[in-house]
Amino acid sequence: MEYFKLNIKEANALLQNKDITVKELTESVFQRIEVVEKTVNAFVTVTTDKAFEMVEELPPYQSSNLFGIPMAIKDNMCTRGIKTTCSSKILANFIPPYESTVTDKLMKSGYILTGKANMDEFAMGSSTENSGFFTTKNPWDTERAPGGSSGGSAAAVCADECIAALGSDTGGSIRQPASFCGVVGLKPTYGRVSRFGLVAFASSLDQIGPITKTVEDSAILLNLISGHDPLDSTSATVNVPDFTSCIGKDIKGLRVGIPSEYFIDGMDSQVEQSVKAAISHIESLGAQIVEISLPHTGYAVATYYILATSEASSNLARFDGIKYGLRVPADDLIDTYMTSRAAGFGTEVKRRIMLGTYALSSGYYDAYYKKAQQVRTLIKHDFDRSFEKVDIIATPTAPTTAFKIGEKVNDPLQMYLSDIFTISVNLAGVPAISLPCGFDQKGLPIGLQLIGKAFDEETILKAAYAYEASTPHHTRRPTL
Amino acid sequence: MKKYEAVIGLEIHAQMLTKTKMFCGCSTRFGSEPNSQTCPVCIGMPGVLPVINKKAVEFTVRAGLALGCKISPYNRFARKNYFYPDLPKGYQISQYELPICLGGVVVLNMENGQSTIELTRIHMEEDAGKNIHEGMKDFSCVDLNRAGVPLMEIVTEPQIRSPKEASAFMKKLRSVLRYLEVCDGNMEEGSLRCDANVSLRPIGSSELGVKAEIKNINSFRFVEKAIEYEIWRQEEVLKEGGRVIQETRLYNTSTGTTESMRSKEEAHDYRYFPEPDLVPIVVSDTMLKEVKATIVELPDEKVGRYVNSFGLPLYDAELLSQEKSIAHWFEDAVNKGGNPKAVSNWMMGELMRLLNETSTRIEDCKVTPEHLIGLIKLVDSGAINVKIGKTVFEEMFNSGEQAEKIVKSKGLLQISNEGELDSVIDGILKQYSSEVERFKAGEVKLTGFFVGEVMKQTKGKANPKLVNEILKKKLV
Repeated sequence: MEYFKLNIKEANALLQNKDITVKELTESVFQRIEVVEKTVNAFVTVTTDKAFEMVEELPPYQSSNLFGIPMAIKDNMCTRGIKTTCSSKILANFIPPYESTVTDKLMKSGYILTGKANMDEFAMGSSTENSGFFTTKNPWDTERAPGGSSGGSAAAVCADECIAALGSDTGGSIRQPASFCGVVGLKPTYGRVSRFGLVAFASSLDQIGPITKTVEDSAILLNLISGHDPLDSTSATVNVPDFTSCIGKDIKGLRVGIPSEYFIDGMDSQVEQSVKAAISHIESLGAQIVEISLPHTGYAVATYYILATSEASSNLARFDGIKYGLRVPADDLIDTYMTSRAAGFGTEVKRRIMLGTYALSSGYYDAYYKKAQQVRTLIKHDFDRSFEKVDIIATPTAPTTAFKIGEKVNDPLQMYLSDIFTISVNLAGVPAISLPCGFDQKGLPIGLQLIGKAFDEETILKAAYAYEASTPHHTRRPTL
Repeated sequence: MKKYEAVIGLEIHAQMLTKTKMFCGCSTRFGSEPNSQTCPVCIGMPGVLPVINKKAVEFTVRAGLALGCKISPYNRFARKNYFYPDLPKGYQISQYELPICLGGVVVLNMENGQSTIELTRIHMEEDAGKNIHEGMKDFSCVDLNRAGVPLMEIVTEPQIRSPKEASAFMKKLRSVLRYLEVCDGNMEEGSLRCDANVSLRPIGSSELGVKAEIKNINSFRFVEKAIEYEIWRQEEVLKEGGRVIQETRLYNTSTGTTESMRSKEEAHDYRYFPEPDLVPIVVSDTMLKEVKATIVELPDEKVGRYVNSFGLPLYDAELLSQEKSIAHWFEDAVNKGGNPKAVSNWMMGELMRLLNETSTRIEDCKVTPEHLIGLIKLVDSGAINVKIGKTVFEEMFNSGEQAEKIVKSKGLLQISNEGELDSVIDGILKQYSSEVERFKAGEVKLTGFFVGEVMKQTKGKANPKLVNEILKKKLV
C-alpha cells in the first residue's frame, strides 16, 4: 500500500492499531522520494540514514500524534549533526552542533526526519529560484515554481515525499507556497512558536509553522511546536490551548471580514472567483460576511521591504568567512570579508543586504526604518480595529496561481508583489492559514487565506476545517 | 598666561561581576584557555538567540541608583553594526536610544574644592572578544572568551576640566562600583577601561571645540598622561594656527603619546536599530525597591560620617573610605573602642605600608582591629613608645601575635624607672666627658646626641620624656 499518501492523522491511527510499523511507513516515504525527488527537487539533503537511525532509536509506541511520522524540515532550521544550509553557498557545509527548539520538540514526539527542504536562499524569495543550489518544481506542473520561500517543504508535502513539513514565514513564505502547491500552510501568531535555531532572516517577522495535507494535521503540529521557550525571549508566555479541540465545531454566527483592499484590479480572475465562491460557501455554513477595510494595505509591501531588509542586513553580518561557512581567502581581512560574501551570497540576498544597509544608514534611518516602523503600527491598528467587528478575515493567499519558473526571476518587483496579500499579516504579527479552495483552468491550485486575531489560531483552524470538511479540493493530488 | 581651557568627557566601560555572560550561560572568568568559555550564542552561530542576564540588569540599576541616575522604566537593547573578527555576530548588542539609566552625578573632592561631574547615561552592552596577533605567523587568532561579557558603559557630560580631575573621577567611580560589588575595577585585566573625549576652547568661551577621542586607556596614571599629552598636542596645533580635526586616537603606553587611528570621514556608520531578538526591559517599582535595599553605605556617606562623628580630617576620611574592606576594618576598630584618629594614623601609616609592601589584602591580614587596639593601649599607657610601637606592629603583621605578648617576650617595655635610667645616663656622661664640656660651653644641640646614646644603650626602650628630664638636671 502507498502509505506515503497518508496524512498525520491517518498514519497515526494505523500506527496506533499496529496495522503498520514506523519502519514500513518510513520505507514507503523513501520509496516515494526515490521515485519523484529527481523530478520535484524538494530537498537539499535527503536524510535517509538519519531517518532509519531515528526509526531504530524510537522507543516502543507511545501515544504521540507524531510518533513515527516522517517529516520534511525547511533547511533554515538547525538540526544537530545534519547539514543546515539555508540553501546558501555560504553555509553549504554547515553542520550545526545544536538543535532548534522546534525540531527538538518534534524529536521528543518521535518524528522521523526525511530531509532538509529546499528554499529561497535565507528565505528571501517567493519561488525557490533564489536557492543557491537548484529550483524546486511545482508537483502540479513541473515547469512552474512551487512558491517560496518554503517551496521545498510545500512541494514535498504535495508530492507525498513526507507526511508533513515545517516551513517558516516572514512575509508569506509558508502560505504562498502552500497556496501554489494546494496544501495547508499555517503561519502562527508571532511569538507562538520558538525561533531558537531558526536561521534568522527578519527577526521581528519570522515565524515557524506547519505545512500539511489537511487542516487537522496543521492543528496537531501546532500543538507540538507551540509554547514559550526560555531560549527565545520573543516567544510568548501565553497559554497554549489544544488546537485540535476546535476541529469539527460549527461556525454558525462566525463573523468573517472581507477587506475590499484584497480584491484588486489586475489580480487573476480565476483566483478572485474561487476565493469569492469559497467565501459564499463559508457563509452557507452559517457564517456572517462583513465588508471591512484595512486602509493601510497599500503600504505593506514597501514597509515590509524596508523592515525585513534592515533586519536581514544585520542578521546576515555573521556570515563573514571567519568562524564557519565559506571562506574565500584573500590578502587581508577586509578583502576576505568581501570575497567570501561575494562568493557565498546570491543576487537577491546581496540586493536585500544593500537595501537594508541603506535604510539603516545615518541620515536615512528616520526616513526609512523609523517611518516604516510607524506605518507598521498603523497596519497593526487596521487589524485591531477590524477584529472589533469580525472574528476572522478571508482573502486570497496570492494574487495568482503558480507562475512559471523564470517568469519573474529577473523582475524583483513583480516577484515581491506575489506576497502582497500575505505580508500585512507578518507586519501585524497575527496568525493566518492558507488552504486549497479550488483550481484554475490549468489545473493549478488556488489558496484561501483566513486571518485571525493574535493568539487565536483556534478560530481560523475551526473555520478552515469547516470549509475543508465540506469541500473536495484538498483531496485532489497531482500525478507525478 | 593660558589661552585655552580643556573640555573632557569620559566613556567608561566597566565589566560587570556577573558569573555568566550578558546573553548566554557561559562563564565570565578571566584568564582561561582561549575559547574555552564559549557557546553557539556568544560565538554568533546561525539561528541562536540572546537571552538577557537578569543579574546584569540588576547590577546596572544598582549602579544607576547609587550614582543618582534616573532609571528608565522602559528601556531596550539596540544593535551596533560593524565588521571585526572579535565581534562574532557582526553587531554588538548595546543600548542606544533608550538606555537603562539617564543622568546621575559624581562629586569629587579636589585640592581647590569640590567639583561635580554630571553623567549623561549608563547603558548595558556586551563586550567583544580579543584578537591575538603576537606570536602568530601570517595569521591572527581570536579568543572569544570575553565576547558577551556584560559591560556597563558610563558616559559623563563634558564637564571635566583637567587630567587630574579625570583620574580623580575614575578613582571615585571605581571605588563606588567596587562598593556596590558590580565591577572589580581591575584595570590591568581590562575590567575597567576608559575612552576620553578631549577638546580645547578659548578660556571664557562656552562653545565646544573639535574633539579627539582617545581609546585604550587602562590605568589611572595613563588617564592623566594620555589627556595631558592630548591637551599639549592640541595646544600646539592651535598655537601654530592649525585646526584640530575630529578623529579617534589611540594612547600608546610606551611612547606616552596619542596616535591617529581614524578620522571622522573614516568613522563607522554603526546603523543602530532596536534589537528585534529581545523584548524591551521593564524595570518595575518593585524591582527598584528591591535593588535599592541592596545598596550599602557609599564612600561619600562614609566620609561625611568619619568627619562629623569621628572628627577625622577630610584627608583621612577619604583615604579610609576608598575601599570597602579598609573602611570596614577601620569602623570595626572604632566600634571596638579604638580612638578614631589613633586608629586612622596606624592604618594610614604602618598598616597600608605593610599591605602594599607585601601585596596583602586587608582581608588576609594577620593584624585584626583587636590587635591594633591592644597596641594603641600600650602606647597610650606609656608602656612602650611610638617608635617601639612600630616595631611591634610589624611583628604583629608578620606573626599575628598580640602586641602585649610581643612586648613581653621581647622585653620591649619602656624603661620609666628613674634609678635605672640615672645609672645609664651617668655612665654615658662619664664616657663622653669632652662632649659634656662642649655642652656646658654652650653647644646646646648636643642634647640630641646624649638622648640618642641613651636610646642606643636601652635598645630604644627608654622613656624619652624621662631621659630628657634627667639629662636636663644632670647637665645644669
